Amino acid sequence: MATAVGTTTEHTPPDQIAALARSKPSRKARFGAVASYIGMGLIVLYCVLPFYWMVVSSLRLPTEGRSTEFIPSPISVENYGGVFAGGNNFGRSLINSLIVSGTTTVLTLVFGIVAAYALARLQFRGKPAVLWVIMACSMFPLIILIPPLLKMFSSTEPFTWFPYWVNTYQSVIIPGLSFGLPLAVWNLTAFFKQLPVELEQAAMVDGCTPGVAFRKVILPLAAPGVFTTAIIVFIGAWNEFLLALTFLTDPSKQTATVAISKFTGVTGFDTPYGTIMAAGVIVTVPLLIAVLIFQRRIVAGLTAGGVK
Amino acid sequence: MTSARPARRVLIAAASLTALLAAAACGGSSSDTPAAGGSSAPAVDLSKRGPIEYWQGKDTSGNVKNIIAAWNKDHPNEEVTLRELPDNADQQRQQMIQNTQIKDTKMAVLSVDNVWTAEFAANGYVIPLPADQFPTEDFVPATVNSGTYFNNLYAYPTSSDGGLLYYRKDLLDKYDLQPPTTFDEMKTACKTIQDGEGDSKLNCFAGQYQKYEGLTVNFAEAVNSAGGVIVDEAGKPAVNSPEAKAGLDALKGMFDDGTIPKGAITWQEEQGRQAFQDGELIFHRNWPYVYALAQKEDGSSKVAGKFDVAALPGVTGPGVSSLGGHNFSIAANAENKGTAADFIKYWASAEVQKSNALATSAAPTRAALYTDPDMVKKYPYMPILLKSIETAQPRPKAVQYGDVTLAIQDAAYGTLQGQQESDAALSGLQTKLEGLIK
Amino acid sequence: MATATAEAPVRSAPGDGRKRKKNALSDGQGRLAWILLAPTLLVIIVVAGIPVLMSIRESFFQVNSGVDPNTGLVAGGERFSGLENFTAIFSGQDNVSGSYGQMGRFINAFFNTTLITVIAVLAETILGVAMALIMAKAFKGRGIVRAGILVPWAIPTIVSALMWKLIFDEAGVANRILGSQILWLADSASSFWAVIIADVWKTAPFIGLLTLAGLQTIPAEVYEAAKVDGATAWQQFTRITLPMVRPTLVVAVLFRTLDTLRMFDLPYGMIGPGKYRVETLSIFAYLEANAGRYGPAAAYAIVLFVYVLLIAFLFVKILGADVIGDSAPKKAKKKRGDRDATTGAVPALQQMGGNH
Repeated sequence: MATAVGTTTEHTPPDQIAALARSKPSRKARFGAVASYIGMGLIVLYCVLPFYWMVVSSLRLPTEGRSTEFIPSPISVENYGGVFAGGNNFGRSLINSLIVSGTTTVLTLVFGIVAAYALARLQFRGKPAVLWVIMACSMFPLIILIPPLLKMFSSTEPFTWFPYWVNTYQSVIIPGLSFGLPLAVWNLTAFFKQLPVELEQAAMVDGCTPGVAFRKVILPLAAPGVFTTAIIVFIGAWNEFLLALTFLTDPSKQTATVAISKFTGVTGFDTPYGTIMAAGVIVTVPLLIAVLIFQRRIVAGLTAGGVK
Repeated sequence: MTSARPARRVLIAAASLTALLAAAACGGSSSDTPAAGGSSAPAVDLSKRGPIEYWQGKDTSGNVKNIIAAWNKDHPNEEVTLRELPDNADQQRQQMIQNTQIKDTKMAVLSVDNVWTAEFAANGYVIPLPADQFPTEDFVPATVNSGTYFNNLYAYPTSSDGGLLYYRKDLLDKYDLQPPTTFDEMKTACKTIQDGEGDSKLNCFAGQYQKYEGLTVNFAEAVNSAGGVIVDEAGKPAVNSPEAKAGLDALKGMFDDGTIPKGAITWQEEQGRQAFQDGELIFHRNWPYVYALAQKEDGSSKVAGKFDVAALPGVTGPGVSSLGGHNFSIAANAENKGTAADFIKYWASAEVQKSNALATSAAPTRAALYTDPDMVKKYPYMPILLKSIETAQPRPKAVQYGDVTLAIQDAAYGTLQGQQESDAALSGLQTKLEGLIK
Repeated sequence: MATATAEAPVRSAPGDGRKRKKNALSDGQGRLAWILLAPTLLVIIVVAGIPVLMSIRESFFQVNSGVDPNTGLVAGGERFSGLENFTAIFSGQDNVSGSYGQMGRFINAFFNTTLITVIAVLAETILGVAMALIMAKAFKGRGIVRAGILVPWAIPTIVSALMWKLIFDEAGVANRILGSQILWLADSASSFWAVIIADVWKTAPFIGLLTLAGLQTIPAEVYEAAKVDGATAWQQFTRITLPMVRPTLVVAVLFRTLDTLRMFDLPYGMIGPGKYRVETLSIFAYLEANAGRYGPAAAYAIVLFVYVLLIAFLFVKILGADVIGDSAPKKAKKKRGDRDATTGAVPALQQMGGNH
């Protein structure tokens, strides 16, 4: 951002440039640099310290759940064993989370891409209304949906004709779509709009139908946006708690977030912090790794609007 | 206009579909229909047999599966499946109710917290148990009472709970003190011990005072031990009395003068147990489950072997414990009620109760077990616990218990935090309870 | 707004005298568009539209909770109660002691929700913009910071609530570091701040990331020209930086506001239900539904929904939040560097803030 000290606007002999580049930056610039590094350090600490605490708490002895030592001694992985203990069903719940989040993401992308195409490329009446409906859909408080959905999915009157969906994956996936779809449609519409129509027109001049032109020309270009949307939707679906808690009561069907909330220790009153933190780490680390690997893409996708 | 036709058609179709569904929604249940699974017929059909599900909160003892396995071995065609619910009592209740509303036929036996009996019975979530099939003479009367509603037994007593005073026997012996019977005696004992030990981390006493059900329990115990009641024998709220005020004031006073540490206002059962086990409390009010954990020799408890159990102290005299415990009910929508009934009787039988209590230190409901030599040998506090349960007072029976307990917590918590004066709190509570308990 | 020109018939022969659409893809657009939109709209109607209609209907009814004095059984069924569920908000029957004295439980929740939203969104915006400014200045180490910033986002909300519950425990590490004895998790003013701290922690980094993106679109020459003209750092910030990130920031703040208004997971998981200092409207509606009072619960949820819509409307009208993106295409052309507000950055905030 700040131009490197030493460049000038006049034409300077190369050796002078080299000399200038080697020269020490001014005190003010150095102070600014140091201050910004301190600032960055603070930012990293801010973001990471609570997570560090979570990891540290998971590495204590199970009986020392509420200790406040900064570094546990002894370091123990017993909590991780406790996470997968029989009653918790945690392994199964991770698989369930994967199934639910994965399906939600795929469906959201499929529905979202075609909807975004319609919104970005096609002209039709009622477009503003559609946009407003989609936007309004992302504004509901969840509690408005739960009691009626419960009646619907349990075939209670007046929905006796509706199939019995309690304790099935679709009871969480379909409502979950209603959260991710507005987001996906928005995101993807924006991306498609940025890509000029001329690209598709060029492809069509070459003989492609609009659909093929879209698939072969636009989608690959919009890949960063699609990718980012996929990750955001996936993390959102993974995060989902209330729907899963309501509709997936069977222990063999429940998702990881619900399973964590149900962890107990030895007694009924105990909040087993060690095991819960261990489970939290287990649930977060894959997301973290994925996010870190793809961070460039994510950030690029998130900020792509600004960098044309 | 014309190319808008497909658009218009879709819109119209969508609108009519929505209207149709909404109309269907409006059409339902606008008249007086009985509550879900309502059992207006007094006679219950207990003939059907087959596999059933047993619902309870998280099994922390590890012994439930053994009990069920033994049953399943003898009844291969009537298998019982355990469905564990979250350990939070509110969530258990919510899931049981929700499952009833969706008319699940597999859920058959419910482990009902004794404060939910009225709600479950009145709303028809569970059926009354025929007296001839479910005899109650051998049980501690307080536990039978907790499963009764309008003179019908809706829940068979299977486990109980009473408050106990844990105390540091080593410290009391050191200063030649006896376990206190009143709070004043306790304060005097504490002063002696704290002066003598000179340990600033050693606090006197704590119970459960965070804003949750445990606060209702501790509040009830304070009020009852001062001679007051929350609801009188006729079932009408009577909490705005000088005795109740004395009880609440005693509790507040102990916070003010430091008998109870300030942080205890955020404590539930586990925080208190932790403090006691770490040697930071001389006296501690908690449930029987703490005994086994505090006796552990693995280093987690610094007070192993150094503590003992006594009856609760009170304001004007010996304390009155609040009755805890769970009872078993038959779900109204269950298909195989015959198996459910037999399973309940099996669990409540003397053999199963004894083996379960020996394995888990759960408080049984059969009176004879409290004086059984095997039991007393393993758990020396059994006679004290029996006394605690026999004299225990149940919390108010109300169909809307959730609101009742919240109102009680509001009043107690507000007073303990100093936001309200105790008489204002109690008179407000009385008004609210009169609206809730009719 | 999409221009509603007189649309040509679906099957129009070439050389037809009527007006053509703007781009060559426009044949048969209407029907195709609706087909493509059908799955999305169907999902929305079935899982969102119908429940909302049902909730609206429910809000005009009350469950019969009277107990028969002979059998002790509840009467059951429901009765039409008109606007009673809504007017009960102001009746003063349900008084609780919150941060603002004695008042109706709904009004208490309303104030809680509003105050939490205002304070949290303000804090996370300021913090986020500060983070962005710092990150914009540095060269090396930006990768680490970028990675670090995504950590709060990757932690599931319920895990975050439990994590902060441990940190804020009365004998926990927060008190240890501060050397204090604050009862963060009691039902007191401190629990209010605990919720805000936990929420801001999770969301400020994201605003930082988006603001950074906005900052990166500002050409360096603009700053240099300003410096040459003698502008101070503060003037550069207020006259150049802020106006140029304003569009993104406004939409970001809008979505964060809407999310925080509906906050449920964090106070519920950290502090617990029934705590009037942090009870938000979402929690209150949820507890009422749990207690079987579906009518009032639906009424409160609808009021919350209307509140959210109102705030969104105000943002769009007063602050000019450009959420649709379709609107005012001409204006977008005039403002250089004013990006289409529906860029990927902004909708991410919808999801990032933790669900409804």
